[in-house]
Amino acid sequence: MADLHKLTIYELSEKLAAGACTSVDIVNDVLASIDATDGKVGAYLTIDRASALEQAKVADALRAEGSTLPMLGIPVAIKDLLNVKGQPCTCSSKILEGYTAPYDATVIAKLREAGTVLLGRVNMDEFAMGSSTENAALGKTSNPWNLKHVPGGSSGGSAACVAADEAIAALGSDTGGSIRQPAAFCGCVGVKPTYGRVSRYGLTAFASSLDQIGPISKTVKDSALLLEVLCGHDKMDSSSIDMDVPAFGKSLTADTSLAGIKLGLPKEYFVEGMDPEVEKTVRDAVDHCKSLGAEIVDVSLPHSKYAIAVYYIIATAEASANLARFDGIRYGLRVDGKDPIELYGKTRAVGFGSEVKRRIILGTYVLSSGYYDAYYLKAQKVRTLIRNDFTAAFKQCDAILAPVTPTPAYKLGEKTDDPLKMYLDDILTTPVNLAGNCALSLPCGFSSSGLPIGLQIIGDSFAEETILKIGHAYEQTTEWHTRKPEIS
Amino acid sequence: MQYEATIGLETHVMQKTNTKMFCACKYEYGAEPNTHVCPVCLGYPGALPVMNEKAIELCCKAGLLLGCEINPYSKWDRKNYFYPDMAKNYQITQADQPLCLGGQLTVDVDGEMKTFTIERIHQEENAAKNTHVAGASLVDYNRAGTALMEIVSNPCMHSAEDALAYMTAVKQIMQYGGISNCDQEKGQMRSDVNVSVRPVGQKELGAKVEIKNMNSFAFIKEAIEYEIDRQTALLESGGTVDQETRGYDPDRGETFTQRTKENAHDYRYFPEPDLMPVKIPAEQIEQWRSELPELPAQRRVRYVQELGLPEYDAGVLTADMATSDWFEQAMRHTKNAKAVSNFIMGEMMRLLSEQNCSISESNVTPEKLAGIVALIDAKTISTGAGKQVFEIIFNDGGDPKAIVEERGMAQVSDDSALEGWADEAIANNPKPVEEYKAGNPASINFLMGQVMKASRGKANPGAVMQMLKQKLDR
Repeated sequence: MADLHKLTIYELSEKLAAGACTSVDIVNDVLASIDATDGKVGAYLTIDRASALEQAKVADALRAEGSTLPMLGIPVAIKDLLNVKGQPCTCSSKILEGYTAPYDATVIAKLREAGTVLLGRVNMDEFAMGSSTENAALGKTSNPWNLKHVPGGSSGGSAACVAADEAIAALGSDTGGSIRQPAAFCGCVGVKPTYGRVSRYGLTAFASSLDQIGPISKTVKDSALLLEVLCGHDKMDSSSIDMDVPAFGKSLTADTSLAGIKLGLPKEYFVEGMDPEVEKTVRDAVDHCKSLGAEIVDVSLPHSKYAIAVYYIIATAEASANLARFDGIRYGLRVDGKDPIELYGKTRAVGFGSEVKRRIILGTYVLSSGYYDAYYLKAQKVRTLIRNDFTAAFKQCDAILAPVTPTPAYKLGEKTDDPLKMYLDDILTTPVNLAGNCALSLPCGFSSSGLPIGLQIIGDSFAEETILKIGHAYEQTTEWHTRKPEIS
Repeated sequence: MQYEATIGLETHVMQKTNTKMFCACKYEYGAEPNTHVCPVCLGYPGALPVMNEKAIELCCKAGLLLGCEINPYSKWDRKNYFYPDMAKNYQITQADQPLCLGGQLTVDVDGEMKTFTIERIHQEENAAKNTHVAGASLVDYNRAGTALMEIVSNPCMHSAEDALAYMTAVKQIMQYGGISNCDQEKGQMRSDVNVSVRPVGQKELGAKVEIKNMNSFAFIKEAIEYEIDRQTALLESGGTVDQETRGYDPDRGETFTQRTKENAHDYRYFPEPDLMPVKIPAEQIEQWRSELPELPAQRRVRYVQELGLPEYDAGVLTADMATSDWFEQAMRHTKNAKAVSNFIMGEMMRLLSEQNCSISESNVTPEKLAGIVALIDAKTISTGAGKQVFEIIFNDGGDPKAIVEERGMAQVSDDSALEGWADEAIANNPKPVEEYKAGNPASINFLMGQVMKASRGKANPGAVMQMLKQKLDR
């Protein structure tokens, strides 16, 4: 093994351009890495080795012809809720076992156009509902930094495979923190783009007004490049925004000065019950940014404390309708009944896991006649207040710094009996989805027990360039991102 | 006690769009099942709807034709229910912000002009077609997701006749407006009928019974009449009417319970997050308004006032859009509206009904009829000969002028020829001549007939009449 799997997109692209390795070499290396460690990590649900090698050969041939596509020959793992033509797309659910996607999601088409090698499909919480990848019906994923701990979720497989060097980068999706939180737990970089930046066409919907696809990678620069490939208007997604995509990758330079940048520190995001190590690590990161020239200002996001309540009303309401299509009639699991209604009931009883059922029931309840105004409508009003908080805050600063999670990765099984406790851990990430703006998660230290801790850089809507610049400056002047887990 | 019925209609009209409401699939009636489908209309994971702008235009134009206000801001909602006719198990529709608001329609109900009001028109997507066979249910998603609009009337009608007159007018307007073909046999126009009965004088409406999904006007009439009788009888016997959804069984001529109030659906409407609200600028609405076609009522007035046709003719010609359009085309080639009208109402309708075909299929084109009328007006042929020419063309095709020439049908107006026939008729028929001279003017018709006979129909009847009078009045 030439350790190619340990490198970043930029490092590999340089080697490929210089002829120091081929895409086939990289894919072989990554496959070997998967063989060596995925038995322990459990990130992958399916790997199509033959297809990956075939794509790598095509990439090498293209390069020989002079192609310089941005992701040419780089193997990337795909979260199991993105449709890839001809592949399964189970969303880690029994109800989609046997389903083969008949079309490519827009982001998949964009990855292909950029020359990417699609490596395989990685584990997640069922239908992206969860924060630990423990709500997964078809596989169990561990945190590469400590196999007894959760990788986070719902994009747990995406973060774990990148942290374990089982992929160069991965796609995840973030509805309430599902990219940022597992990235933080696994010591990776993850970006939740502004709502509308990346087409949702082909992303199996959890909560349509909150879902965004984004990259999980080893460095900020890699995420920037991948984000650039993913972004862009798509007429197949009416919520997709028609605006130019900045050259995110090229915008990041060797300049690490943050002079002239104001960073807001929201007092509400250093919550009670927060792990002291997390708080200290994040405050150290804030100080580090200050040392790079940034000005730190206090900001307030007073309505963020309602974010969990609002999130679990809006997200579940949308999910209750989005998941109604899984009924056993056209694809996936079917358990027969004497009439269609009984067939639906039996299919869904067997096909969905308990967390998914819990959220469908909750979402159905909040939309019910007589409860709509008190729950759904009220939640939408509070959502506006949360958004207004951010708008006000971004008048005072260029970006906001905060922790990603109140604690580092917890133990497998530690919170599975108490869904509410797990919901509350989303307190620092859900406000961004509700407001629709963007945020970046990157490693900023480790706990005394050796688990990664993440820093969240929250940007205004369409201010991805700003947060990437700040993250890149931080990363260039720290070494957290260079550490690798010892998987044992 | 006297009772009165109140009726409201929810009329679903499938619009004439090339593609479905939220995807690029075509709609083709009678196509092989499940051949016009895609991830969007099949509700596949990850598929998203994209709004069909043509459907929005047609819905708004329908609203303008029915006197509605166009909502400058409307939005989409999800209506949740589980049934295999809806792939996503929710229907994208418009709950509280429809495209069109208000509206009214004045129609002739058995000679009385009545105005019925419309509450709203909203846009939605059609359901798939379910077929139940022994031991199985089959779903055809070709129709799933096609553009469908719902015209909701106020509870403003009071009899089956009202409802029928309203629906006939709506159908006519949709056809004239190019909104829909409203072919009921193809399911392009279906109605849910709400019927309630209350004692005369009572302010509140009685309990509402909804009869679902009917496409035949005849069945709708039967169902309404049955339902009014049923509810009235219930009330008269001291009973109460249950608010419920009923179906109509045309074989038994009865309605039957489908869903009681207790089991009513909770559709859990909420805003559709996958679609942006629809914002329609005022200029757009004015543009659409300027493109609206003339409606039958307007055409009737124009036919009477500008073309000088009798009310009766105007009514017959505009009852059906194809006939009216045909008439208009003929009028581009002639100025004689009454002659064209007479031919359409007479020969054309008779022959069409005898041979059971539509006016668009007729060998007699508008231009050819205008040609026949021109020959009559120029006195080249008689009206009778014109009718013969019409029938010849209807059956075998051909050109009016050529037929007249080939068959020697041109009439004779030449005085010397006519004089010979006239003198002969007077000489051979002394009795009618005497009667005429004695003051019975009708007797001249016999002599006229003799001349026509002698000329084998070619004599110009006007010229003959003039000549006979000249000779006898001397």
